[in-house]
Amino acid sequence: MPDGSILSDDFLRELINVGEVDIVVGLPTYNNGETVGQVVQAVRAGLLKHFPRARSVIINADGGSRDGTQDLVRAASISDLSISADFHALRTLHSISTQYENGPSNGAALHTIFAAADLLQTKACAVISPESTTIEPVWIDRLVSPVLHEDRDMVLPVYRRHKFDGLLIRNLLYPVTRAVYSCTLREPYPSDFALSGALGSQFLAQDIWTQEQGRRGTELWLTLSAVARRFKLLQAFLGTKARLENPRSDLVNAMRETAGILFSSLDSFSSIWKESQPRLDVPCSGCQPAVSLEPLRLNRKRLHQMFVFGVSELEPVFLSILSPSTLAELKRLATLPEDKFTYQADLWARTVYEFSAAYHKAVIGRDHIVQALVPLFRGRAYTFLTENREAPAEQVEANIESLCQTFERERPYLLQLWDGGK
Amino acid sequence: MWENFVRELARTMNEIIASFARFLPRFLEMLVIVVVGWIIAFVLKVLLRSVLKITRFDKLSEHTGATQFLRSAALPSLSELVSRAAFWVAWIGFILLGVSVLGVVGIEQHVASFFGFLPRLIVALFILFFGLLGASFFSRAVLLGGVNAAVPSPRLISWAVRTMIILFVVSMAFEELGVGAHTVIVAFTLTFGALMLGLALAFGLGGKDLAKSYLERRFAHEKDETREREDELSPL
Repeated sequence: MPDGSILSDDFLRELINVGEVDIVVGLPTYNNGETVGQVVQAVRAGLLKHFPRARSVIINADGGSRDGTQDLVRAASISDLSISADFHALRTLHSISTQYENGPSNGAALHTIFAAADLLQTKACAVISPESTTIEPVWIDRLVSPVLHEDRDMVLPVYRRHKFDGLLIRNLLYPVTRAVYSCTLREPYPSDFALSGALGSQFLAQDIWTQEQGRRGTELWLTLSAVARRFKLLQAFLGTKARLENPRSDLVNAMRETAGILFSSLDSFSSIWKESQPRLDVPCSGCQPAVSLEPLRLNRKRLHQMFVFGVSELEPVFLSILSPSTLAELKRLATLPEDKFTYQADLWARTVYEFSAAYHKAVIGRDHIVQALVPLFRGRAYTFLTENREAPAEQVEANIESLCQTFERERPYLLQLWDGGK
Repeated sequence: MWENFVRELARTMNEIIASFARFLPRFLEMLVIVVVGWIIAFVLKVLLRSVLKITRFDKLSEHTGATQFLRSAALPSLSELVSRAAFWVAWIGFILLGVSVLGVVGIEQHVASFFGFLPRLIVALFILFFGLLGASFFSRAVLLGGVNAAVPSPRLISWAVRTMIILFVVSMAFEELGVGAHTVIVAFTLTFGALMLGLALAFGLGGKDLAKSYLERRFAHEKDETREREDELSPL
């Protein structure tokens, strides 16, 4: 469904000049001046090396950067690649930068990229994060080829990450997606992914773009939407995920982007996931061990303190959300000293399911429910860090697997909560 | 003289009978209005109760904290209370309407002022209900924000926000009803002013070190070792 209304006249003119293309690579940016140049160069190299005959365009959707990100994208697009001697472009590789309205918002950037891809009637559309500084040209091949040549609807990444990176993904998104949607996806909230033009058009036609899930956590929503509707998915191992020098420390916003969107998807797709459906097989192409173990300095003590503080102060809020037995267990945990503290997987699974059901029933404001999960997640993160502090990669994987199995075992509890009482 | 007495007595009796004959239809009219009014009020109560049930009004009242308050006072749910109140307001209205039919001198004025008061009562109840809803929402938002930002005593701050909003809402409701409007506004102003002054003094004297360290962190970019360590965690 063409949606030109969100595209500015100038941008539209540039797209019309490009004409139909085979591949669109979208770069949603906002003040990414430090990293975007090298990412654009890698994307260009990937397109020239692996798809020399394809008609391709790089589209940068910017949220109003003030650090010259757009200029850097343009400069990187026209600069000679240091590796260009190896590549021979058989077609012109276009590159367009535009500034979308109502930014910055990743959802709005994706909306712009999908609308442009739809207009250009592309066969495959890849989205690359401007923070993916470890990107190699081969990433483009691994993401785009399965869409072009293997008829996959969506290709999601698998990264090699530090064992303590992506704690919300490992402790919440991955286990819940696996248990509830019967689908094993290591990165349900992808920063780099690809999809077919047809699926992009379907996403574009969804009425999410003016809602919360069309503003933040959009990648997660789109993935869960594709999982729930049983599209043909593939996971592709890309390599090491870049570790940000200053990771987003605002856990409340991260929780809104993950738990908020996850709970919202459970609410929207409940008629689908409540029916027992066969497991969705999502093979992983080129997968390798995905856990790295470099030493990292972390302050676990503060996580424990914040958990204890949260449980004692938020009791009136938890009374509306949690069952009396879960709340009693959490209060008991909060009295334990640091060395005896363990937020067990089964209690964590029950907590998450009770929060999902409370979100579904809107027992209090939904954003408040998501915010109330933050101190509890800190407690779970503390236990995860403690359990895996000295663990080798295989042990970390085994612990994550065990957590997923616990969520799967507790799934009937979610079903019981969903339509029943607290 | 005896004849005069008998004549006067007969005349008086005739007058009484005549006035009773005049009064009886109006009295019956009043009874009919009261009975029909009761039926209408009852239907209104049943209808309102169903509508409130369908619209999950009790859920909303739970959010305001009104349900917990009513439960602790051994009162029925808010939807039950509202529908009962609607019944009584409607029926009292019909009773007054019926009484006005009797033609008792001065009663019409009271009936008119009762009906004039009704809209203000409804507006005041609306203000009170949505005010309580707002108080509950904002106090919870402050509590969650405070806990997640590790602000000391978030429950106390949340309680202060809730109390201030409730005070404000109650004063607005009383003003709408015209009950001691000036007294309530003056009381509210005094309480609010005293609270603000108290907080200003408390923060100014008690929190000057906290404010100093905050300003230094904010503007002099002084590194907070604890926070820096936690920031190394990457949740996504």
